[in-house]
Amino acid sequence: MTSTMTPMQRHRLLALTPFERLAQGWQSLGIQARHRCVRGPETGMAMVRGRMGGSGSAFNLGEMTLTRASVALDDGSLGHGWVRGRDKAHAELIALVDACARHDHWARRIDSELMAPLAQELSQQREQASRQSAATRVDFFTMVRGE
Amino acid sequence: MYVAVKGGEKAIANAHRWMADRRRGDRQQAELAVAQVQDQLGLAVDRIMAEASLYDPELAALAFKQASGDTVEAVFLLRAYRTTLPRLAETRPVNTSDMCIERRISATFKDVPGGQVLGPTYDYTHRLLDFMLLAGGDRDVAEPEQADQDLEACPQILDCLNQEGLIEREQDDGSEPYDITRDPPDFPVDRATRLQMLARGDEGYLLALGYSTQRGYGRNHPFAGEIRQGTVEVEIEVEGFDAPICVGEIVMSECQMINQFAGNGDSAPQFTRGYGLAFGRNERKTMAMALVDRALRAEELGEPIQSPAQQAEFVLAHADSVEASGFVSHLKLPHYVDFQSELDLIRRLRREHAERTQGDTQHAQASGADTAADTATAPTASKECAQ
Repeated sequence: MTSTMTPMQRHRLLALTPFERLAQGWQSLGIQARHRCVRGPETGMAMVRGRMGGSGSAFNLGEMTLTRASVALDDGSLGHGWVRGRDKAHAELIALVDACARHDHWARRIDSELMAPLAQELSQQREQASRQSAATRVDFFTMVRGE
Repeated sequence: MYVAVKGGEKAIANAHRWMADRRRGDRQQAELAVAQVQDQLGLAVDRIMAEASLYDPELAALAFKQASGDTVEAVFLLRAYRTTLPRLAETRPVNTSDMCIERRISATFKDVPGGQVLGPTYDYTHRLLDFMLLAGGDRDVAEPEQADQDLEACPQILDCLNQEGLIEREQDDGSEPYDITRDPPDFPVDRATRLQMLARGDEGYLLALGYSTQRGYGRNHPFAGEIRQGTVEVEIEVEGFDAPICVGEIVMSECQMINQFAGNGDSAPQFTRGYGLAFGRNERKTMAMALVDRALRAEELGEPIQSPAQQAEFVLAHADSVEASGFVSHLKLPHYVDFQSELDLIRRLRREHAERTQGDTQHAQASGADTAADTATAPTASKECAQ
């Protein structure tokens, strides 16, 4: 992966990756960036919305727990992390990676050495789930009677 | 008049201590871990999340454990916890068309793009108790089978009918949906409000109402057009990003019900829709929700409102198990003074009745019975008491 990812693409992978895996990947990257939290980490909720009939007007379905954090690096640059659930360490780490990845000199390494493997793991995991579902797909057959 | 009564602290403390002991059960048995509940009693956890209207599997599992398996109590606990959290965001409406499908079936078309995908289901089991589970034979459970190929794309089945114009089209009017957690519902309410209330409604209650429509009380001729279940990514719009960001994924169930026609002189006949959506694996709930959603559209579709499931205020105002169990349970609280006044009243009524009967008997002996006086005096007596 040579072209850099957008902050949104990175955030998706960071939020969909379990914290332990992410922490291990970030540590082995060895980027040393001191940071402090400027907001949070704090846990609250997001109201999840659906659409009538799947495609119509929006309605409020119910809430989910959500944790957010914003960090500042020593140079003052900011990063933000939001993740479903109540894991504050996860939100803070996402914010830290987001902040670092907005620096060109780190972005390339983060994308190629952290994001690319995470993307691959996610797609492998999804493919496995998809195959598991496919194994329960019904094969219809017709009984031919007579000639 | 209110009389302050104090006491019972010790009794309450001991009652709670006993409750905790009973929840723990036999100390020879391993204690149930929350992670085990979350993992192995997942359908209970999902029902609690849906009815508490808060998606957090770990906390729902904790609530279930804390409530000793009482679902309604667990829903109450999680709903109460919810009030301690600030609202940080509203998500973009989830796109169920992009769901990572685990189960997807249609009862209206045999051959659909993507196929009939059963997923993990209790359907087609024989409902015979499995004594192997009792004997601990569950330990060597085989891993799920994997097909050689990925699942094909599973487009929304109702979209196929949409293309022919055979079914009413759902249009996004872009309006901001009403939120009953911010403002209490003010009847009559719109469909967005109804769906929010149904989504957190008690499953048993919705199931009974949905069933009543099938038995003829507001019949709407349903077909399960599509049921899908799987994970959906959740996105929010926040500062610091140019576009919505994904913050994780949640498991959801969706039911698209196809119902019989609407149409008039101006518009051609079309199938109509009922919709069900819920957190977690809650297939039965979404089916019931879709039936009731459709029943509650009676007025909009010009149908006569004759049955309980079609009466929005009745259906919606009684759907929430937290509200319902709260109001029913409050009957357990001391009503000593209320009841004292009822006792006074009934004693007086009986006294008056006795006097009157005595008088009537004397009167009847003279000019014939007049029993109507009995009922005529009762309301007057209670009015006096109220004052």
